[in-house]
Amino acid sequence: MDKNERPETSHERILRSPNFQALVRQRSGFAWILSALMLGLYFGFIVLVAFAKELMAVRIGGSVVTLGILLGLGVIVAAFVLTGIYVVRANSRFDELTRSLQDEVLS
Amino acid sequence: MMPRRMLPPLLAALLLCAAPAAAWAQGAAAAAGRGLNWPAIVMFFIFVLSTLGITYRAARQTRSAADFYAAGGGITGFQNGLAIAGDYMSAASFLGISGLVFASGFDGLIYSIGFLAGWPIIMFLIAERLRNLGSFTFSDVASFRLEQTPIRILSATGTIVVVAFYLIAQMVGAGKLIELLFGMKYLYAVFIVGILMIVYVAFGGMKATTWVQIIKACLLLGGATFMALAVLWRYGFSPAAMFADAVAMHPRQQSIMAPGNFVADPVSTLSLGLALMFGTAGLPHILMRFFTVSDAQAARKSVFYATGLIGYFYILTFIIGFGAITFLMDDAAYFRTGPGGGYNRITDLIGGTNMAAIHLADAVGGSLFMGFISAVAFATILAVVAGLTLAGASAVSHDLYASVIARGRANEQREVRISKGTAIVIGLVAIFLGYVFENQNVAFMVGLAFSVATSCNFPVLLMSIFWRGTTTQGAFIGGFLGLISAVLMVVFSRAVWVNTFGYAAPLFPYDNPALFSMTIAFAGIWLFSKMDSGERARREQAAFNMQYVRSETGLGAAGASVH
Repeated sequence: MDKNERPETSHERILRSPNFQALVRQRSGFAWILSALMLGLYFGFIVLVAFAKELMAVRIGGSVVTLGILLGLGVIVAAFVLTGIYVVRANSRFDELTRSLQDEVLS
Repeated sequence: MMPRRMLPPLLAALLLCAAPAAAWAQGAAAAAGRGLNWPAIVMFFIFVLSTLGITYRAARQTRSAADFYAAGGGITGFQNGLAIAGDYMSAASFLGISGLVFASGFDGLIYSIGFLAGWPIIMFLIAERLRNLGSFTFSDVASFRLEQTPIRILSATGTIVVVAFYLIAQMVGAGKLIELLFGMKYLYAVFIVGILMIVYVAFGGMKATTWVQIIKACLLLGGATFMALAVLWRYGFSPAAMFADAVAMHPRQQSIMAPGNFVADPVSTLSLGLALMFGTAGLPHILMRFFTVSDAQAARKSVFYATGLIGYFYILTFIIGFGAITFLMDDAAYFRTGPGGGYNRITDLIGGTNMAAIHLADAVGGSLFMGFISAVAFATILAVVAGLTLAGASAVSHDLYASVIARGRANEQREVRISKGTAIVIGLVAIFLGYVFENQNVAFMVGLAFSVATSCNFPVLLMSIFWRGTTTQGAFIGGFLGLISAVLMVVFSRAVWVNTFGYAAPLFPYDNPALFSMTIAFAGIWLFSKMDSGERARREQAAFNMQYVRSETGLGAAGASVH
């Protein structure tokens, strides 16, 4: 379907729908918080690599393993966990809102 | 149809060009003091034959443009997650990063984390909106409410530049690997990869490209898992014991466990970090994959699976790199030894440090397993270059030809034919570039591709989706400023200006331009959009509401989900 095919009024009506406003407000807020978390974790790690090499070289518990290695693996695990949190919430709450919005528009 | 008539002769031609390869290999392998690795050759041919079979089937099912560019939208979320992960588990990742860990330890982790860190951001901000707005390429999204011609030219240029840099990395990896495995000359190896990727893309389109990628992802994950387990098994599954042994054996000792000299200064480190993270959201061959699934929900699921698989894979490459240190560095058989039997434990590794994973496969699993890993690594290169070629070909046929030259009146069959022709041209150019850039570090070249993706494709995509004020003028000028500044800074940096052109000192002092070029792009898009007060700009800003509703909900996107 061409993007211009729908009459102008259709998207204006959706924009005013409380369901649409709830969906974008909740999802954007959630997504930006998670994005900020990920950016903070990642650039925190990068800044430490760039400016605090000595701190990253600190050994943990008498082994040769350093703080840098643990933090690095932590960022990898955190990336996966954050996407998991988003998917769980999106599959339940956001999809539900999208469905009720679809019903509203198609009715 | 052309594909069915053409395929058998091409297949025969391929087999013909492979036969002398085995003959060269025999001589060269004997000269290197190592027997010809028949298990590797047999497994590689099994892979090639089965993927050609898939390509043949895909060619018969590929009729419409939607089939060719997006596999008809019939890929599931999990399959697409595997395919996306497959695009990431490239030869540069597998061989380059494990080689980097082998040589420098911790520094390899910086690349891995950067490659991965972009995925959550893609999930939260891009994936679903991309699927809701586009149909075949990311230009569909960027030009949704902006003027087709300039925006398509911009994003097609961005695509082609990224594809070129990325292809160089892959072709170099291919040449080096097959040189070692088959004993074949570098250039012949690059040539065979180029021909095979042309066949996959030109005949099988996205369907063949995706299935080649999925099969290879499963093989590579399986093989890498076995290697990591074999390494850990030696240390009673204690990573701490493995690290301790590696520190004892590595010439740089404890310093391999902390940030080292690979990233020289803070600015380069930050810049590399930006390029790796946001570059992911600007890679055309990855963005294309979001159009192969049926809807935004499936796009979301594919990112979840991809993130998990990629993260797991990078943890494996880290273990494999350290395993290579502990298994190989004491064994002179894996090194070029001097007259007294001495060798440098990093630089004298046979085939270079990028071959660390291949040698480790031999150390833990014998020649049969090394054959398997070599064949998988070769398959990896084929699958990734096929995806890149398809992205490049789509930019030319779907964006440049159909939207710019034919102005939306293109015949669909002709558009697909042009795409196939372009795939052939890209394959030939890739062969040439692979030859020119023989002596560059492959992981590093991927960093260059990411810089351009970060500085052109990503800003244009993000601003057109999220900022109401974006106009054609702003996106066009800002995007090109980002692209040109990124390319120039790369050319003037040490990697090209000194190492390739042979000048004494680089004109651009940092290893990676993204920090500067991405800022230039965003600032340019903002500034030139603000300065744009014409009638067209007002119309484009007014169209934001319609785009906004569709990007958030998929409503009005019926065409996109059905194709």
